Amino acid sequence: MEVHSGIEPMIHLTLFLLFGGICVAGAVNLLAQRHPINSALSLVVVMGSLAGEYLLLGAEFVAAIQVIIYAGAIMVLFVFVIMLLNAGEEERTGGSRVALLFGVPGMLIGTVLMAWVLLERSGTQAVSMGALPGAPKTIGWLLFHDFLLPFEVTSVLVLIAIMGAVVLASHPESVQQRNKER
Amino acid sequence: MTPNLHLWLIPLLPLAGAAINGLFGRRFSRRAVSSIALGFCGAAFAMALWVVAQFSALSLPYSEYFAPWIRAGSFQADFAFYLDQLSLVMLLVVTGVGFLIHIYSVGYMWEEGGFYRFFSYLNLFMFFMLTLVLANNYLLMFIGWEGVGLASYLLIGFWFTKDSAVAAGKKAFIVNRIGDFGFLIALFLLIKHFGSLNFVQVFHRIAPLRPETTGAGLLTAIGLLLMVGAAGKSAQIPLYVWLPDAMEGPTPVSALIHAATMVTAGVYMVARSHVILDRAPMALMVVAIIGTLTALFAATIGVAQTDIKKVLAYSTISQLGYMFMACGVAAYSAGIFHLMTHAFFKGLLFLAAGSVIHAVGGEQDMRKMGGLRTKIPWTFWTMTAATFAIAGFWPFAGFFSKDEILWQASRVSFVYWGIGVFTAFLTSFYMFRLWFLTFFGEYRGEAKAAHGGGEHQAGIHESPKLMLAPLVILAVLSVCGGWVGSVRFERFLTPVLQAGSGASVSNVSTNALASANERKDEVSSETLLTAVALGAAALGLYLAFLMYYQRPQLPDQIAASLGGFYDAVVHKYYVDDLYATLFVKPLLDASTRILWQGIDRDVIDAAVDNGADGAREISDSVRHMQSGNLRSYAGWIAAGAAGVIAYMVWMGTR
Amino acid sequence: MVPLSYYLILSGILFACGVTGFLIKRNIITIFLSIELMLNGANLSFVAFAAQWHALSGQVFVFFVMVVAAAEAAVGLAIIIAVFRTRETLNVDRVNLLKL
Repeated sequence: MEVHSGIEPMIHLTLFLLFGGICVAGAVNLLAQRHPINSALSLVVVMGSLAGEYLLLGAEFVAAIQVIIYAGAIMVLFVFVIMLLNAGEEERTGGSRVALLFGVPGMLIGTVLMAWVLLERSGTQAVSMGALPGAPKTIGWLLFHDFLLPFEVTSVLVLIAIMGAVVLASHPESVQQRNKER
Repeated sequence: MTPNLHLWLIPLLPLAGAAINGLFGRRFSRRAVSSIALGFCGAAFAMALWVVAQFSALSLPYSEYFAPWIRAGSFQADFAFYLDQLSLVMLLVVTGVGFLIHIYSVGYMWEEGGFYRFFSYLNLFMFFMLTLVLANNYLLMFIGWEGVGLASYLLIGFWFTKDSAVAAGKKAFIVNRIGDFGFLIALFLLIKHFGSLNFVQVFHRIAPLRPETTGAGLLTAIGLLLMVGAAGKSAQIPLYVWLPDAMEGPTPVSALIHAATMVTAGVYMVARSHVILDRAPMALMVVAIIGTLTALFAATIGVAQTDIKKVLAYSTISQLGYMFMACGVAAYSAGIFHLMTHAFFKGLLFLAAGSVIHAVGGEQDMRKMGGLRTKIPWTFWTMTAATFAIAGFWPFAGFFSKDEILWQASRVSFVYWGIGVFTAFLTSFYMFRLWFLTFFGEYRGEAKAAHGGGEHQAGIHESPKLMLAPLVILAVLSVCGGWVGSVRFERFLTPVLQAGSGASVSNVSTNALASANERKDEVSSETLLTAVALGAAALGLYLAFLMYYQRPQLPDQIAASLGGFYDAVVHKYYVDDLYATLFVKPLLDASTRILWQGIDRDVIDAAVDNGADGAREISDSVRHMQSGNLRSYAGWIAAGAAGVIAYMVWMGTR
Repeated sequence: MVPLSYYLILSGILFACGVTGFLIKRNIITIFLSIELMLNGANLSFVAFAAQWHALSGQVFVFFVMVVAAAEAAVGLAIIIAVFRTRETLNVDRVNLLKL
């Protein structure tokens, strides 16, 4: 479909607002829901719309891995654990006064401040749709040349995380049984 | 060519003995300890004798430089020793009498605990005293001065488990320090105005100055301050109060330190500083007045004392007063002569008193003695010699020196002479009172008279030979010591006492030749005065005989009739109480209320305590932050992050 | 042409929601979800800036952030499981053995 460059900004803005709105709605829903499974699913929605935002910016690779890894693996893991633990709805317990008194207002004020600053004073330009050259080939090149060390380190990190998770979550009784069987 | 005398060995030998005994003496046997102490002290005495043998070959004054000490700009003070006739006399007296007393102490202290400690302290005292005597500058002399004060404190409080001994030691040291303060100020003045403390240099610079006859000036100030120091060390008014209390120490200590050597350091120092005092007539007059008044004052107190050692203590103060009287009329050689004879007979008196106390098993109250003449004959005869010597009978030693002092005093003012003669009468009276009470009449003591706890149950017995030998030697010296004659003595000391005097001195001349000429003219009046003094002594003897031998009830009747005055005398004119009220109590109160409670407790301790309390309170209130509540932690983090963001925004938009 | 600041504001809103969820939610898992939300907001701002300056390293950084988030999620969930096993509750206010 041919699109005139004249209405391209409009489309860009519309799509941005659309996806942005879904993001915010999902985030607020995450806060509003009482059962954790609902919150998890809202987070999946958030991630999906974020992938859309990335596409708008032209970062296809990032959008792809956002959907595949973040929404597809990590969130699935979360859902698994929620179902495993079967915790149920939240109960009402007395929390921390500090959190409610200082934390929430603090964060709100911080956000408002930042927004004000960004709107008034930031020297940022406008971004056009699909601005980034997000070809996976270039990113791969970067990963394996300029960022090789961090790449390898993250692989070690993942390995450690796996080991840690196995150790922490292993059933203590199963270990004892195995020791008894020896 | 002046031979090198190695003077530095003389003080250092006793120091070595003190160090060896002090550090290792605990493990040695008594025999070893006493050998070491006697050995080193005897070595010092032998060296002194050797110095005497070399004396004629020396060019005097002889200065020996040992090691550098202070070099501060133009001021210089070194470890250097100085020998002239005056220090030679002092050296012989200190080492000789000191050695004899060391021998005596071996016997006296044999049964006591802390044997090694006693001899370590004794040798330490010898070291300091010899440093004092041989020093060639005021600063090194001051070290010896302070050191003998320290040794005195250690030895007075030797039986440190006894509260009265400890208190007496403290009193001695503190009163000494008051005198030392005056001495120090004098030294500071000397440094400031004459740039040196070296005897030779200082006297060289003072010699051209004119005497301050018109008013009080720098030299008068220095002289008076030196006298303050001497009053502290030599127990003159008003700083004499420590000497009677010092009798708490063992008797050899009283003999050595508080009769023969330490208390004479003040006289030596005044004689050494004669160049200054000769040019300050007002200071000299103060010295004479203090000496005379002290002599009289102490003698009156001594009359009423009942403790044998206290009588001798007041007698020492009185005799020291005579020495200062002599120095105060610029008859320095007479003062030193009396110092020498006094060392003989007073040392002997104390040692014999120790022998008496040893014989009666520790009793010191004369009212409980009596009739000991036949039981302890050696002690009796030696003490008799000393008593006649101190009373000033011819031909004993004390006669010559006391007579010379009275004669020189009369040439300045008959007031001095009159008081001196009256004091001689009192001296004779109380010494013979002691003599009669102790050795004559019936024995009034308790029947126990056991010797120290159980070994000798023989009752009253003579002391061992180790204690008697020094008594005999000192007795011989008490008899013959004055025969050298005051004229020959003066001539011997003339080079020292003339140097720096110059022609323009005060009206009393110390020129031996001149006084010899004057003597020829005034020999008749001198003989008359001597006869009066002898008569006073004889009167004292007769009165004592009357009151304490023939009619023993007489003293109590007289005491009753004198009433209040007698009470005052017995209580030493309440001087100690006066000092306690005027000085000691306010000082203690101020120290307690202001320094201790006010500052130390309420300010310094409070600062530390309140600091600690404050820290605790702060931490007490802050610890609530760590509640274990996850959400509160998160809240704090968020709040902090918000603060940081706000700050960054503010900084970024400024 | 959407101004970059819009993207950043969106990122800020997401982040703020994440923090708020972290503070007011009682279920541990929900708190973790809020953490993931915060990370996503951060990712968005990375990509936005990368787009403005035409620098690809911004996207690479997002990649790394995601890897870290994955590792952290795995270990965190393991911890939650371990805690649940002992304390039988997912309420964060009950997991306060440190309380005085």
